[in-house]
Amino acid sequence: MDERAEILAVLRENARYSVTEIAEMTDCEESTVESVVDDLEDDGVVRGYRAVVDWSNAERSRVTAMVELNVTLDRETNYRDIADRIVKYPPVDSLRLVSGDFDFAAEVSAESMEEVSRFVSDEIAPIPEVTQTVTHYVMETYKEQGIAFGDGDDDDRLSISP
Amino acid sequence: MTIEPSERVDRVGPSGIRRFFELAEEVDDLISLGVGEPDFSAPWTARQAAIDSLERGKTSYTANRGKRELRAAIAADLARYDLTYDPDDEIVVTTGVSEALDLAHRALVDPGDTVAVVDPSYVSYVANATFVGADVLRVPTRDDEFVLTRSSLEAAGAADADVLLMGYPNNPTGATMTRDQLEPVAAFAREHDLTVFSDEIYAELTYGHDHVSIAALPGMRERTIVLNGFSKAFAMTGLRLGYAVGPPAAIDAMNRIHQYTMLSAPTTAQYAAIEALDSCADAVTEMRDQYDRRRRVVLSRFDEMNIDCFRSSGAFYAFPESPWDDCEAFAEALIEAEQVAMVPGTAFGPGGTDNLRVSYATDMESLREALDRVERFVEAFPTEEAFEADR
Repeated sequence: MDERAEILAVLRENARYSVTEIAEMTDCEESTVESVVDDLEDDGVVRGYRAVVDWSNAERSRVTAMVELNVTLDRETNYRDIADRIVKYPPVDSLRLVSGDFDFAAEVSAESMEEVSRFVSDEIAPIPEVTQTVTHYVMETYKEQGIAFGDGDDDDRLSISP
Repeated sequence: MTIEPSERVDRVGPSGIRRFFELAEEVDDLISLGVGEPDFSAPWTARQAAIDSLERGKTSYTANRGKRELRAAIAADLARYDLTYDPDDEIVVTTGVSEALDLAHRALVDPGDTVAVVDPSYVSYVANATFVGADVLRVPTRDDEFVLTRSSLEAAGAADADVLLMGYPNNPTGATMTRDQLEPVAAFAREHDLTVFSDEIYAELTYGHDHVSIAALPGMRERTIVLNGFSKAFAMTGLRLGYAVGPPAAIDAMNRIHQYTMLSAPTTAQYAAIEALDSCADAVTEMRDQYDRRRRVVLSRFDEMNIDCFRSSGAFYAFPESPWDDCEAFAEALIEAEQVAMVPGTAFGPGGTDNLRVSYATDMESLREALDRVERFVEAFPTEEAFEADR
């Protein structure tokens, strides 16, 4: 694996590793790590770093919904134009153009179901190109960003083994 | 009447790690660097295959040698090491490499034969040879970066041995052998008509170069039994599945014992293994990459502590020199003072007397915490005397 791919793999595992720690893990100089991370950010490969939060363990409530959107296009408006408009709303955590029965899959979150509903009905549904919305509230999250939200596997290996 | 163990069993003492296991078990909040198995679980699809097989009621014996489909998959997989074996008569699937090792000894070693064993080495090697009444000849590797050399074999008297038992990548040192290093060993085996038992269970966990099997070298196939399995690369230790490959006469002899003792390896595990070989290469790569990162961290941290540490390139072990003269005393004190467990090198033979086996089969956070504790301990107590004076 080249050093760029290796450093990216380490960041994907845990973005909180320090430059020193990444350097130790990858056998690279710290200056190399800094420069590669800078490049990854400058090139738009790494777009940001955020915590993966299990809201069920947080004191603050958070409601998330997966919203299916169907849209209609015309000569003046393409998918990108519609997406550019929708991504500007802060409650929209993610927006993807998808294949299948609907066009966009949006992830919307707010502090209550009412807030999510109001946002979808007041802001998203009225967009002229949006022809239909279907909102699925998230009841429980089991895995997010590759991290499972279970209780974790206890290490039941023997403390010393051959 | 008192039932006495047989003389052969009596010659084998309890494993050197047993006492440390008992010591470690008494300690709370222990971070163990003494574990000789992966901290990952088997890839999910392999586990799912095992579950599916159970749901479909596949709980009967398989062919003695193992399912034909599995043997074919093993044969295909071994091609990556330039090894070609016939699934029908050159492969036997066993209950872990441990059984394969036992079968090799029982089927191919007579009482009074001499088994030359790489030293230091996995705790079972000497015991297996002793159980069949063989004489054990240890071949020191400590002065040769823990690899076998022609001169060390000659000096140890291995020319008169019947079997050479080796394991690379090595447990406990993490040493690997390159083709250039293996060639003179192979030549020695050919010249002196040695049978080679080559334990390659850690083959997938080789860092910086490709694993080379001694059986792939010219003239070695007919005299080598390669032992391998699914425990390490696929994190399937508890499923107990290994295999041996070698010339038909040898495998037939091993299978004869196998069919009268184990009958066949666990059926559920065989289904998991087929799936593992079929579709889990990416998971193996991911695990290997993570081990490699940890290996670098461990080596780097020991450098920072000014502790000489062998530059291991395989398995998931580092083999630093003990900061104290007595590695057992150091390991005991480290458990007591900092709740970190390492295995004293003495458990693996005389060649490990000055070292400690450090397993990095633990998550990065725990590994770093353990190494911080070791650093703190070594700074506070550079000698055993300093530790005793503080008590």
